[in-house]
Amino acid sequence: MKVFVCLKQVPDTETKIKILPDQSGIDTAGIKWVMNPYDEFAVEEAVKFKEKNPTAQVWAITAGPKARAVEVLRTALAMGADEAIVINSAENLDAITTAEALAKTIQAEGGAHLVMTGKMAIDNSQSSVPQMVAEFLNIPHTTVVSKFEAAPESFTVERDADGGTKEVVQLMSPALVAANKGLNMPRYASLPGIMKAKKKVIKEVEFSSLGIAATEQKVKYASYELPAEKPAVKLLTGDATAQAAALVLALRNEAKVI
Amino acid sequence: MSKILVFTEFQNGKIKRSSQELLQFAASTGNTVVALALGTTDGAQAAHHGASEVLFSNDAGFNSYNPELFASATAEAIQKSGAEVVLGSASSTGKDLFPRVAAKIKAGVVSDGVEIKITGSDVKVKKPFYSGKCFATATFENTNVKMILMRPNQLPVAAADSSKSATMTELSFAKPNLKTIIKDIVKGTSEKLDLTEANIIVSGGRGLKEAGNFKMLNDLADVLGATVGATRAVVDAGWVSHSMQVGQTGKTVAPSLYIAVGVSGAIQHLAGMSGSKVIVAINNDPNAPIFQKATYGIVGDAFEIVPALTAEFKKALQH
Repeated sequence: MKVFVCLKQVPDTETKIKILPDQSGIDTAGIKWVMNPYDEFAVEEAVKFKEKNPTAQVWAITAGPKARAVEVLRTALAMGADEAIVINSAENLDAITTAEALAKTIQAEGGAHLVMTGKMAIDNSQSSVPQMVAEFLNIPHTTVVSKFEAAPESFTVERDADGGTKEVVQLMSPALVAANKGLNMPRYASLPGIMKAKKKVIKEVEFSSLGIAATEQKVKYASYELPAEKPAVKLLTGDATAQAAALVLALRNEAKVI
Repeated sequence: MSKILVFTEFQNGKIKRSSQELLQFAASTGNTVVALALGTTDGAQAAHHGASEVLFSNDAGFNSYNPELFASATAEAIQKSGAEVVLGSASSTGKDLFPRVAAKIKAGVVSDGVEIKITGSDVKVKKPFYSGKCFATATFENTNVKMILMRPNQLPVAAADSSKSATMTELSFAKPNLKTIIKDIVKGTSEKLDLTEANIIVSGGRGLKEAGNFKMLNDLADVLGATVGATRAVVDAGWVSHSMQVGQTGKTVAPSLYIAVGVSGAIQHLAGMSGSKVIVAINNDPNAPIFQKATYGIVGDAFEIVPALTAEFKKALQH
């Protein structure tokens, strides 16, 4: 029984973003790359599932330039994943191409009983690849999941919808679940885990071998730009009453938001 | 001339403001606008905002969001209408649905747009990257259908024109064998707009010292008709639920007015609210990073300032 965890490597939040001179993207030199924060919940839940179901194997997969992309796989292995695959591909594939590559790789490995992902990658906030992988694998999905329970032939999850609404959803297996914060507390990799992960042989798949035309990508990004400079803050003075009065006046007459 | 299909959402029987924005925008491009209204809704309202046709289904199965069912119906609607552009709001439903549909019909999809321009069949969508640290513009290629999800509150919205009407067409489609079963829906207790759609937000951070002090933020929010948000620190401390968290691992918001009380302004929090039009920071630490991003700042004791503000807003808004 295979549980696949789809991972993405993203720039660390503290990274200072530099735009390339031709505005075609950001300068990736010197970036600190980390596992997408939401993916950590996915790895943790997959490992927990394995701990309850000893015949299950957790496979971590990612698509990206392999030299740096393997790092997120090592982290997943250190947390308890059994195997890892890197799909060596170009930087910045669009969502549908990434999803197709992941789905084809999962199928080549014999298919999944469960696929876990993070709900969204914090670099482009598209929340797209999980649903697309599910569609390509022809399995049901639930995104933004903060509770997960497995039964022999189904999964019961809790989805966080708008307005604080919680939906309880049952998915017939095989299925895909995209994790939200709160699903679990991701474990820290143990030192033995890290040492073992370092030595693990990671399977490599070339994107070009998957039969997907990279030239068929559907969304292209250009004209990268920094946000417009904002003026310095206007500090309001006086005692609390004076400050409150000044603020309300400014919001009404100057900013015109009330 | 393209046809634009707008995935239209309703709440308590009324068409959501975010859908009104999209319908009106679509109509402003001069293209034919078709509204897709799924569930026991009054789809005819879509005409008041520019739809000349409404594709609807009153099947009760649509009254709760089921990805498989909705994806099947939406794909059918896109094909039937011949729409080349499909618009939706980046709501909980939209963000889940559109990518699945895009994979189903092999279309391009862009989510979380803040600006959109349609000239003929050319569509450009500007969206934030790296938690709002920069922006980039998306264009589509190798696709007949272009799907876009817009952040709420980015497009103007005018009053409805109830004199307008539209052709109502029932959508017939083959219901798939569903492997997704909605077992239960537990509604959130708040009557207010979801943070992602709210026009005014009052947010609290660790500077509030304890959970009970959120009460004064609730009072302020009531006067303003605002939704209350929170930082990760107070969510992790258990003061409020995660659904109130604004930030990188919480919600991304785009209100006209964001009032941050006792919020220091960590990068991860800014990531969630930097798209706010006007930011007010109230903090007793003049060096708090939030003051670098705020439009207006008050350095002082929140416990004196917030009640004073509530009183002032009450006066101002009662005219």
